[in-house]
Amino acid sequence: MKKLITALLGSAVAIAAAPASAATLDDVKSKGYVQCGVSTGLAGFSAPDDSGDWTGLDVDYCRAVAAAIFDDPDAVRFTALTAKERFTALQSGEVDILSRNTTWTISRDTALGLNFAGVTYYDGQGFMINAKKLQGINSALQLSGAAVCVQSGTTTELNLADYFKANNMEYNPVVFEKLEEVNAAYDSGRCDVYTTDQSGLYAIRLTLANPDDHVVLPEIISKEPLGPVVRHGDDQWFDIAKWVYFAMLNAEEYGITQDNLDEMLKSDNPNISRMLGTEEGSKLAADLGLEEDWVVRIIRHVGNYGEIFERNVGAESPLKINRGINALWTKGGIQYGPPIR
Amino acid sequence: MQEHDLSFVRAQMVAEQAPPLRERGLVRWLRKNLFANITDTIFTLIGLFIIFSIVPPVLNWAFFNAQWFGTDRTFCATVVQGGMQPEGWSGACWAFVRAKFLQFMVGRYPVDERWRVYLTGLIFVALLVPMLMPRVPRKGLNAILLFLVFPIVGFFLLSGGYFGLREVPTPLWGGLTVTLVLAYVGIAVSLPFGIVLALGRRSQMPVVKLICIIFIETMRGVPLITILFMASVMLPLFLPPGTTFDKLLRALIGVALFASAYMAEVIRGGLQAIPKGQYEGADALGLSYWQKTNLIVLPQAIKLVIPGIVNTFIGLFKDTSLVYIIGMFDLLGAVRLNFADANWASAQTPITGLVFAGFIFWLFCFGMSRYSIFMERRLDTGHKR
Repeated sequence: MKKLITALLGSAVAIAAAPASAATLDDVKSKGYVQCGVSTGLAGFSAPDDSGDWTGLDVDYCRAVAAAIFDDPDAVRFTALTAKERFTALQSGEVDILSRNTTWTISRDTALGLNFAGVTYYDGQGFMINAKKLQGINSALQLSGAAVCVQSGTTTELNLADYFKANNMEYNPVVFEKLEEVNAAYDSGRCDVYTTDQSGLYAIRLTLANPDDHVVLPEIISKEPLGPVVRHGDDQWFDIAKWVYFAMLNAEEYGITQDNLDEMLKSDNPNISRMLGTEEGSKLAADLGLEEDWVVRIIRHVGNYGEIFERNVGAESPLKINRGINALWTKGGIQYGPPIR
Repeated sequence: MQEHDLSFVRAQMVAEQAPPLRERGLVRWLRKNLFANITDTIFTLIGLFIIFSIVPPVLNWAFFNAQWFGTDRTFCATVVQGGMQPEGWSGACWAFVRAKFLQFMVGRYPVDERWRVYLTGLIFVALLVPMLMPRVPRKGLNAILLFLVFPIVGFFLLSGGYFGLREVPTPLWGGLTVTLVLAYVGIAVSLPFGIVLALGRRSQMPVVKLICIIFIETMRGVPLITILFMASVMLPLFLPPGTTFDKLLRALIGVALFASAYMAEVIRGGLQAIPKGQYEGADALGLSYWQKTNLIVLPQAIKLVIPGIVNTFIGLFKDTSLVYIIGMFDLLGAVRLNFADANWASAQTPITGLVFAGFIFWLFCFGMSRYSIFMERRLDTGHKR
């Protein structure tokens, strides 16, 4: 039954999507802004600051796209989308790009008619335990019989069931619908273990009464590659979505930051001058459908990948998430930007 | 010679004395109301225990220990939590509400355009208050201004795009503004529409009656959450691509239709309570259907169901927070959205935000409820019990 509904929805989405393949870039240029779908509030990825402006990793990606096209990081309008609405909104043309901590899976990439432009954040489901209560536990495999707090209706719940079943362990799920309820239940000790995506665990630690009592276990039980999404049928727009992100990665690799951008513009390094559009007779930007200085615009207004990571979720943010596997490939991570040449 | 009469007969009246201590003042009140017998005494003691174990901690949390000023989460977190408060501190983080207050009121409406929201609010209050006060004359003109002119003025002021006002797309609206817009439209549409539906359902004309019944029963048979969900997720799939029409508008239509169906049933209850003699009397006077309805039936019917109508209004006002599930941020949504701001994430932030949202909702709902009681008393002509 569930499959049938998915198939029906999928085909409905596909039918609706078919004619919406006109050149998105031209549409975006004529309306003067990028319409970007973000989540309805996720710490570090999309959340409003005190003045009500959206901030976060997902948000900054959209600002980078806007900067590349319009030389203006504010030429973007954000639509807050719930998990259920997000794909319809993209397919029906309500948003041009979906940057909403969406996991890249094969069914989404194929049946739903979406294209994932890259992985802006490698996430994975993890466990956090109250180390004071459960002393001596340092692996998720020792959690048999534990009461596990989890948010209902998410893939998190399914991954949890799979993991415990695969390892022949028992557990008591303590399920809530609202995030605040799960947090409160965990903090008050109604359950021993909290499971959600690791980036979420770091956000939740900020709201605990005694954060030092809690540790995140090393096991990652699922792969959650999160990235921006565009619709099928517009390869140029797909290219832009990909290369805006790759440009931010390459900029970090070559050490181009918001601060040293002006010096870098004078650099003799061919890789850098090619990227920044200072090379004579380069057709790279024109082939992409953007202006010569598109990378310069991204870096000037938004920054390279490392900068937006640190600012939103890393050391400079309250979340203080380590780069981990999100470090560049040159620094032991798996973030790898294909060459710009 | 007169002998002394030894029998005691009092010659003067005794001066009035105060009643015994246990029969007067505070003591009497306590004895009668709180300690009249053993059961009462036990319940009083239990009640006192509950009050004393709940009220001081609540007051401490909400006022005495609360953090009123601050710029980020460190002000509302203890040292262990990465903040500056002493160990074991627990208090409301009003600093969070202060920092986000305008966002809770108007959402992400652009800062330099916010005067438009305030102006709209001011016009609304200026029209609503005289409308609610029975003493103020010219109710007809007032009603026309409030229910016909104001929506148009408010729409242009808020959304802009004309008369040199910058366009502010509805995703930027939020907070209490969206709650009030939804509630106002829901209330302003559902009352007249509900009356029409209720009359239609009692009509002698089969087609009209059937249509009304189908509409009412369909709307009442479906949860509001489903209607909102249909409007936001399914509707775009049925429309030709590119023709997206506004999400707020979709929610408004959904809420208004839903409330109308409920209102229709409330009013039908009132219509049924009018004795048949009233209808026959009106017929005997030779009144037409509309004269009969307007002059005889509706005034009595609506008066009867004021509690039901206000009940529906209050329910509607609170239901508006369901728009959160379609990614719109009403008051509650705006508060919850800001829980995601890592700069303010602390153990006290969520509870403080929710208490604040609850208080604002309570203010409005309590106000509506008191006004309806006042209106009932005023209109209670002759059926006093």
